Parts: sequence; structure tokens; C-alpha cells
Amino acid sequence: MRKLILLALTPLAMISLLYSLGGEVSPRDGAQTLKAYTNATIYPVTSAVIENGTLLVRGEQILAVGTGIEIPEGAEVIDCGGKTIIPGLICTHSHIGQVAGADSSSPIQPEIRVLDSIDVRDSSIDKARAGGITTVNLMAGSGHLLSGQTIYLKLRKGQRIEDLAIQLPDGSFAGGVKMANGTNSIRESGPFPGTRAKSAALVRQKFLDAQAYLKKRSQHLNGEQKDQPFERDLALETIADLLEGKRKVHHHTHRHDDILTVLRLKKEFGFEVVLHHVSEAWKVADEIAEAKVACSLIFLDSPGGKLEARDLEWRNGAELEKRGVLTALHTDDPINDSRWFLRNAAIGVRAGMSRQKALEALTIAGAQILDLEDSTGSLESGKKADFVILSGDPFSIYTRILETHVEGKKVFDLQNEQDRLFAQGGYGAGHRRQATGCCFYR
Amino acid sequence: MIRKVWILLALILVKASGQIAVKADLMFPMTGDLKPVKNAVILCGTDGKIEAVGTKIVIPQGYQVISAKVVTPGLIDAHSTVGLSGILNSPKHDQEQLEKSEPIQPELRALDAYNGRDPLVDWVRNLGVTTVQTGHAPGNLISGQFMVVKTNIQSITSVEDTLKLVSGVAATLGAEALGKGVGTRSKAVALLRGELLRAQAKVLKIALAKEDSEQKMPELSLKEQVLVDVLTKKVPLVINAQRHQDIAAALRLREEFGFDLVLDGAAEAYLLLDELKKAGVAIIVHPTMARPYGDLENMTFTLAAKLYAHGIPFAFQSGYEKYVPKTRVVHFEAALASAYGLPQEVALAACTLFPAQILGLDGRIGSLQAGKDADLVLFDGDPLETLTHTTHVIIDGALVSTTPK
Repeated sequence: MRKLILLALTPLAMISLLYSLGGEVSPRDGAQTLKAYTNATIYPVTSAVIENGTLLVRGEQILAVGTGIEIPEGAEVIDCGGKTIIPGLICTHSHIGQVAGADSSSPIQPEIRVLDSIDVRDSSIDKARAGGITTVNLMAGSGHLLSGQTIYLKLRKGQRIEDLAIQLPDGSFAGGVKMANGTNSIRESGPFPGTRAKSAALVRQKFLDAQAYLKKRSQHLNGEQKDQPFERDLALETIADLLEGKRKVHHHTHRHDDILTVLRLKKEFGFEVVLHHVSEAWKVADEIAEAKVACSLIFLDSPGGKLEARDLEWRNGAELEKRGVLTALHTDDPINDSRWFLRNAAIGVRAGMSRQKALEALTIAGAQILDLEDSTGSLESGKKADFVILSGDPFSIYTRILETHVEGKKVFDLQNEQDRLFAQGGYGAGHRRQATGCCFYR
Repeated sequence: MIRKVWILLALILVKASGQIAVKADLMFPMTGDLKPVKNAVILCGTDGKIEAVGTKIVIPQGYQVISAKVVTPGLIDAHSTVGLSGILNSPKHDQEQLEKSEPIQPELRALDAYNGRDPLVDWVRNLGVTTVQTGHAPGNLISGQFMVVKTNIQSITSVEDTLKLVSGVAATLGAEALGKGVGTRSKAVALLRGELLRAQAKVLKIALAKEDSEQKMPELSLKEQVLVDVLTKKVPLVINAQRHQDIAAALRLREEFGFDLVLDGAAEAYLLLDELKKAGVAIIVHPTMARPYGDLENMTFTLAAKLYAHGIPFAFQSGYEKYVPKTRVVHFEAALASAYGLPQEVALAACTLFPAQILGLDGRIGSLQAGKDADLVLFDGDPLETLTHTTHVIIDGALVSTTPK
């Protein structure tokens, strides 16, 4: 699996980065501020639960987690007695921020970037913070075979997409590519496919075109004309990224046969893929495990709503856990509201997932799927201070999310009146826009 | 053939020894102060009614004894569309909840569309929902009727298969009801008023004809018959209204025409608590997990708690979903309201006793008392916790589900 090395942002680099973005955001002051969250029940997730533990944060980073940690002089001490601290939640599939992607002109549009559509001031993003979500994969809907490039965001407070995006060493923003099969991308008339076989054929042809494009590009770069600019094709260049492992596919798929189609295409072209929704995972769990692909699941309060989700079962999580499949969860917000993300994991536990794997599915597994596990997804020394303070057990319905922290900054506080409005709703919590994303209002 | 006989024999044996005694570590009888009782026993009679309930009951010989950590009355979903909006969400095949050819169609009966064998009926029943008020969905000025039916009824072959054949007439005010011929909120209310005025004239003619044999009894269309029933308070008008101005419009209509009003959804009811209290209107609150868009953009998870604190009668609903999840589950919605300030026993009452009261069926369902229907749900923990399983469901004294869900 390709590892993304995140830009190690020293305080100075951070300041210069923000200024270079022309930021109205003030430089993050006090990067060396020390904060000790004490007396908490801490779930680091990658190690055993700690009772009466301390989480020590310096600036953006976790300095230490454990018991008996010496609190440095000058550190601000925040007593979290009776409270629980877990890593910031990672939603591997969401449609918040009015995200939009491909239009109705064709079924495969790899050149589309969702980053060009997102409104980071949308209240759905505030609500996600209130739900404890600190990292999110924002994607376009599933009405296309390929609906564009996704973007991974840290839910920092910010006014522009650049403030929330995760920058890679080459200056680009981290993200994947959204694909879908099954009924959502099948339409009555062309150029959209009318059948599953046509869907697969269109995708295969596009990947073959990209293989040819890659060959042509490499010949150009090694050829005599290499000083001449290469004629770029935005669409094929994105598929080429998939073939070269620079991006991975986030693939919407429900039915057992559609899941196997994705695995077949992966085998043919060798791209990295994460299966999303995977309603009938329980029917082909062995094949999924054998293909060594990761899954991102959702649990719904009832099956159906469309034919291909008829056989969705809550035991999907448990079945994949038994076979050692890397499994994360997603909200698919607005399908499940970001504020009920913890509850979704509890449904997995209800149907047989272990508490540990359910916690991982909310955190570190999502980080691994988004290639961000070196910087987030668990409470470990050296990782970014992305964490959530809860009033109690993560899986109890009565537990409230009290605070959400991203990179050492508090981005949600239940005590704050405006934040509370986003957390529980009320007059002014909404906005005058429609829900977008998925096939919701189609 | 032989196998069939065996199955038949087995069924008969089960039926014969069918009398069930339930032992509850904690029982919510939903009587008096709604508080639970420890170490209780409920005996189900052969007639499908509760034979006895209490803490000092000795279980007679021959009863099948089932134990549970927590027992509640069968859950009642105050407003669902299960049986009409089927699992596949396939128009012309299993979507019978909304007919948009005309904006006002009170004559559409729920029973003519109800499919008690749809998998979503099984789904909610296996989780503990034993009774639903189901029927036409919000989305038309008047979209049709509701009925009340138990979830063990697979086909409706007689009126006795329902608890109420016509339990309400479903109206909608707000953005959802706008469409062809109904361009604005004002037009919507004008259309409704016009229809109700015509029905009111018929009510007067009927009264005159009853008093004076010289007067001719008016002929009534199907539509008028139903609206006359609404205006004479035989059937409530259940108005789905989310925004405060739509709720206010519903109260105005009631003031003008004097029908029994039940408010449905009522997302912004927290802005009109005093007015609603004064009007004495019951509210079937929107699902706590409803999506906060459109008319629901200002909804709050604390609505039920606020209504309770204000003494306004309310119950929970699963509501109607156009997409996924195709149905919600009523006590999951109650659970989240409980997480946002509603006391646990009140949250449970709002999907048992309270809906029974609003539906006028509390003499029969909604609480655990001798003589009432033996509808019980058994849980292996707090019914409101996500981690808790529904272990057994009993309707009319018979086990209908034994697979933990």
C-alpha cells in the first residue's frame, strides 16, 4: 500500500503556508501550547483502554498518552474526570459541504474535481464537527460509473477549501476517485449504460485508453521530443494515477455480483480499491477477504429503499471482521447524519462486531483506507491531536459528544451556544439549500 | 406429504401449549407514573388478552415460560407507511403511499393498498413494533387515509383485521404539498378551505334533513363522505406541518372548521409551545433522525423533551422515507430523543401508551394490564440502547418472533 508522507508542518512552515494561501485565517498561534487532558477514560484504539489517563498535547501534536504522565510546568490542565476520550472520527464517505461532481453529460468524468464545488461554510460541516468527525472523504454521488476525484479533508476551522484540504508533498491535495456500479449509474438513455455488462465494458475501455496514454506519456518523457510539452488529457491522466497507484478507487457497490465485478476489474487493471456500502458483503465475504481489499460499510435502520440494498444485513461488519478484512465505516451523510456516526458503529456491535473492531472502523481503519494512518486515527505520541471528548461510553445512546479537536484546536464545544445549535438543531441550524450528493433527490 | 403432516402436527402442538408466561427482571407496564416494576410476571390468556400482571403471580402449570431482562408493551408506531411503501421502492410495484393526480384525495383508503407481507412489516415487527398507524404519506394537500393494524396481520380480509379501518385523514401543509395546481402556501390553504366549506355545507344539509323529513338527504361523493366524517369529528385530520407558519395555518383551519386536529411532524413546534398547549393538540413528532433539510432545516433533537416539559401530548413515529432507510424504527427514534433530554420511561411511553391514547386505543393496547391485548416485547437490556436486542415479540398472546434482532 502506498504511503503518503504528510507535509511535516513546523510552526514556521505553517505560518508561511497560511500566508502563502493569502489567508484571512490568522497564523496558528501558540503552537507550543501544552495541554493536559487528565483523569479520562482513554481509548487510544491502537492500544488497550486506559483508565484515569492523561492525554498530553503540544500544539498540533500528541506528546504522550497514558497514566503517570508527568505534566510539564505551565501546561494547561483540563480535568476530564468521568469523561471518555477517543480519536477523532474518520468518515470515509460523505457528501457534506454541498459537494458535487460529474454532470449528466457522460457516465465517466475523471477530470472532475469535487474540490471545485465544496462550500466549507455549509452548516453540514459544522454538524459533522459536532458529530466528532475530524477527517472526511468528500465524494460526488453514485449516479456515474466514475463521478470525479474525491478530496480528503481535516475539519479544521477555515473559510476556504484550501484551509481544510490535506496537502501532499508534491503540493496536490489528498483524495481518491469515486466510482460506482449497479443500478445508480444505469440510466434510460445513452451515453449512460443501460445494463451492468455495458457498465463494465465502458469502464474497461476507459482503463485501456489510460494504459495507452501512460505508454505514450512515458515514451514522450524518454523520447527525443521530451523538451516539448506533453499534451495532457485531464481525464486519462486521472485514470493513469489509478494505474500507477497514486490514487485509489472508492467504489460504490451493493449486490454480490456487482462486488465481484469490481474485484474482477481490479484484477485486470491492478488499481487499488476500497469497496463502499457493500450491502451484500455477507454473501461474498470470502472473496472479499481473498482479494485483500478494504471495505467501508454503512448500517441502515432498515434494508431496502432500492432492490440492490434489499439484502443489506447488519452482520456485514461481523462477517468481515471474522475474515480479517480491513473495515471502516461511513455516514454517507445525508444518508446517515454525521451526528449519529457513533451510533452506526453501535449497530455493528449489536450484530456481532467486537467493540474494538467497531472503534477501529470509526478511526484507525478509516485512516488506513485514506492513507493517513501515520498522522491520525489513533491516540499515539507524535500523531496529530485529533480527538473527541465524550460524556461516556462511545456506544451508549445516552453519550453526548462534548468537544471535538482537530490538530490541537477545539473545533466543537457543546458548551458554546452556536456549536450547540449545530449539535442538536433548532431555529437557525439549517440553511436555505437542498441536500446534495448521492441519488437522494433524483 | 408425510413431512407436511408432521409440520401441521407440530404447529397444532405449539398452538395447544401456546399459553405464555413472561418473567421480566424489569417491566414497564406504562401505567400510573410510567415507572418500571422489578421482577414481574405477565400471563397471556388463551383469548389473546393479558390474564394477569404483577410481582406476586405464581405461574400455573403448563405455561411456556420466557424470561427477559426488560419487557415493554408492544411498541406502537403512531405514523408509518409500512405496507404501502414497500422495501424495493419500485414505483407501480410496491409504492402505494402517494397518488399525485389530484391534490385532495381523502377517499383513498389505506386498506386497499396495504401489503402486510412486505418485508419491512416483518422488519419492524421483529424489532418489537406490534401496532402501526399506517397509510398515505405526506406530500399531497390531502393524500388519503390512515388505518391502525397489528403487524401480525398479513392480509386484511375483514374489518376485524384492523384496529381502526379509518383512523385519520392525512393532510400536508408546506413545501411537500406544493406541486401541480398548488403553487404557493396561500393557494394550498385556499384549496383546503374551499373543499372543507363544501363539505360543511353538506353537513348542514344532513342536519336539516335529519330534523325535517321534508328536506332531502344530500347525496355525497366518496370524497365528501370522508370530509363530513372529519367535520363531524368521527375521524381526525392529521396535518403534517413542519414550519411554524404551516403549524399556525393548521391551527387556523381547526379554529375555522372545528375538526379534531392531530399535528404531524411539527419540526418547529418549539416556537409555538404556548399556542399548541392552549389548543390542546396532540403531536406525532417527526423522527428524531429525520434529515434536516427543506421544511425540516430547523428541526431539533430536543423537540420531544420540550413538548413533554410543556405538557403537550405527543408520540413518536417512523414517518415516511423516500429512499433509504426505507422505514425507520419507532423506538430508535425515541432513543435519540431520550439522549436529548426526554426521560427514559417517557420516551418508551411515547411509543406505547401515548400513541395508544392519541389513536383512541388505550383501552386495548399500549400498556400491560389484565384484559388488554397481550402484545409484549422482550429485550436483553435497556430497550433504548442501540446495543440491546429484541429477543421475543408477542402479539395477541402468541410468539411472532424469537430471533434476537
